[in-house]
Amino acid sequence: MTVLLEARRVSKHFGGVQALKDVSLSINAGEIYGLIGPNGAGKTTFFNVLTGLYRRDGGEVVFGGTPLRLSSPHQVAQAGIARTFQNIRLFANMTALENVMVGRHLRTRAGVIGAVVRGRGTRAEEAAIRTRAQQLLHYVGIGDSANRVARHLSYGDQRRLEIARALATDPKLLALDEPAAGMNATETAALKTLIEGLRADGLTVLLIEHDVRLVMGLCDRVAVLDYGEKIAEDIPANVQQDPTVIGAYLGGAA
Amino acid sequence: MPNALRKPWVGIALIAAVLVVAPLAVGASLGNAWVRVLDFAALYVMLALGLNIVVGFAGLLDLGYIAFYAVGAYLYALLCSPHFGIHWPVWAVLPLGALVAGIFGVLLGAPTLRLRGDYLAIVTLGFGEIIRIFLNNLNTPVNITNGPQGIARIDPITLFGQPLSRPLEFLGVGFSGVMLYYYLFVVLALGIVFVGIRLQDSRIGRAWVAIREDEVAAKACGINTRNVKLLAFAMGASFGGISGGLFAGFQEFVSPESFSLLESVMVLCMVVLGGMGHIPGVILGGLLLTILPEIFRQGAGPLQQALFGTVVLDPEALRMLLFGLALIAVMLYRPAGLWPEPRHRSEYKQ
Repeated sequence: MTVLLEARRVSKHFGGVQALKDVSLSINAGEIYGLIGPNGAGKTTFFNVLTGLYRRDGGEVVFGGTPLRLSSPHQVAQAGIARTFQNIRLFANMTALENVMVGRHLRTRAGVIGAVVRGRGTRAEEAAIRTRAQQLLHYVGIGDSANRVARHLSYGDQRRLEIARALATDPKLLALDEPAAGMNATETAALKTLIEGLRADGLTVLLIEHDVRLVMGLCDRVAVLDYGEKIAEDIPANVQQDPTVIGAYLGGAA
Repeated sequence: MPNALRKPWVGIALIAAVLVVAPLAVGASLGNAWVRVLDFAALYVMLALGLNIVVGFAGLLDLGYIAFYAVGAYLYALLCSPHFGIHWPVWAVLPLGALVAGIFGVLLGAPTLRLRGDYLAIVTLGFGEIIRIFLNNLNTPVNITNGPQGIARIDPITLFGQPLSRPLEFLGVGFSGVMLYYYLFVVLALGIVFVGIRLQDSRIGRAWVAIREDEVAAKACGINTRNVKLLAFAMGASFGGISGGLFAGFQEFVSPESFSLLESVMVLCMVVLGGMGHIPGVILGGLLLTILPEIFRQGAGPLQQALFGTVVLDPEALRMLLFGLALIAVMLYRPAGLWPEPRHRSEYKQ
């Protein structure tokens, strides 16, 4: 089993608050890896550090065998890590299709001159972008909503659209920040099917989630963060039995 | 299908016919002063379309846009006048003006990349003023801009050996200078409309709108927001540079006072009133805000004379008053602009 992403002793602090302290974890290619922990444990901070929104203070991240330097978000996306956001961040006034087409920006080239002249190459590229975006909308199950404006979609569909947009960047690793937040049981079940489908199609998934049942049912391995430190990393069944983890969640003497 | 194909062509042919006939009709009925107003309308439409790229597409509020107009105008003035004794041809000066203004756009954009909204507006406002003050003061120690007196006796725009300032008889129809300028301006404005439409519906245009909608998400989608924003500044500025060059050749005179903050505000009003990000709306905004004030200016005096027997309110003051009232009314009743993009309309209706 090959390691796709390896974080080594990643640290981040905001002023005096140590949000992440020497967090090391490794994600294997093709697995669904869960990242859980109580509120404020540093899960989203880890995401933001990983995807370049925050600069890490220390440690290193190796992705697909090459180290990710302290890089900006678009370079991380270029390397093959795509993400969604805890509070959905769509391009609200663009259609669903256009949202996904923006995701193709990275893998296409047309510039100003191409856009103005609109030669054969640009037209072909534009058609390919459109086709791929439409396919991805179908893939996540909202193909019929292609021409609806993003902010008019239902909550669950907005989550799906965000995943489709992330997939449009051709990622190797898809990082989902609480994708089931605010979903009802039916929507969560459908989301689970979608994520399992992603894995079946060869994608590696990193999942932050509060819904413990979803995490335990879906993930191959789980890491637990508490106060910015990793306190456990194992298969779900073992993590559930871990006294340190139980202590962190229930406030016991750990 | 044939019907659907034919229809847009009918519309285009109609618009083309109106654009061709307009100066002749206006010139014959109202006189050349009103053709001149049409010339300025075309210039302002170009400016508004340029600013629309920055403000409407990329969502970067720019209050100093007129600086790029000034750069284009002064470049033309310096390269086509007795001031330095240089007389370059227009086909070389206009593209150069676009390029130089584009570079100034990047110069303004680079330090402001992390700013948005109000903060960006303040910095761009300062930039616009800096350019104007430079133009005002660059007459010592070396006289470059001739200071507040401005540069006079600029060469008129000359195409195919015909200076556009001189009347021309063509196919038995007499065209005055302002009419010739009108045709040039309209052709270039149409070119800018074309470029704007093509850009909007492209990979770059989508990236601009994505940045406007959510910059963090745009970054996460792999958009290099720095480059894409600088591109928006440069494109918008180059449109301003072209119209500035045309302005200088048309007026044959430039001075710093043509490039005051009020001008930036007017162009921004055209974009906002017309419908930010919607090219037909922006064109409408540019036309209305050039032509309507002129009607007030010329009509208010005689109208008062006829009604009250005397001029009660100074037409100039009345013009600004009505303009202000119109702005307030539009913002109250059509906050998305007079002709917004259809899908944005509902945004303000909650």
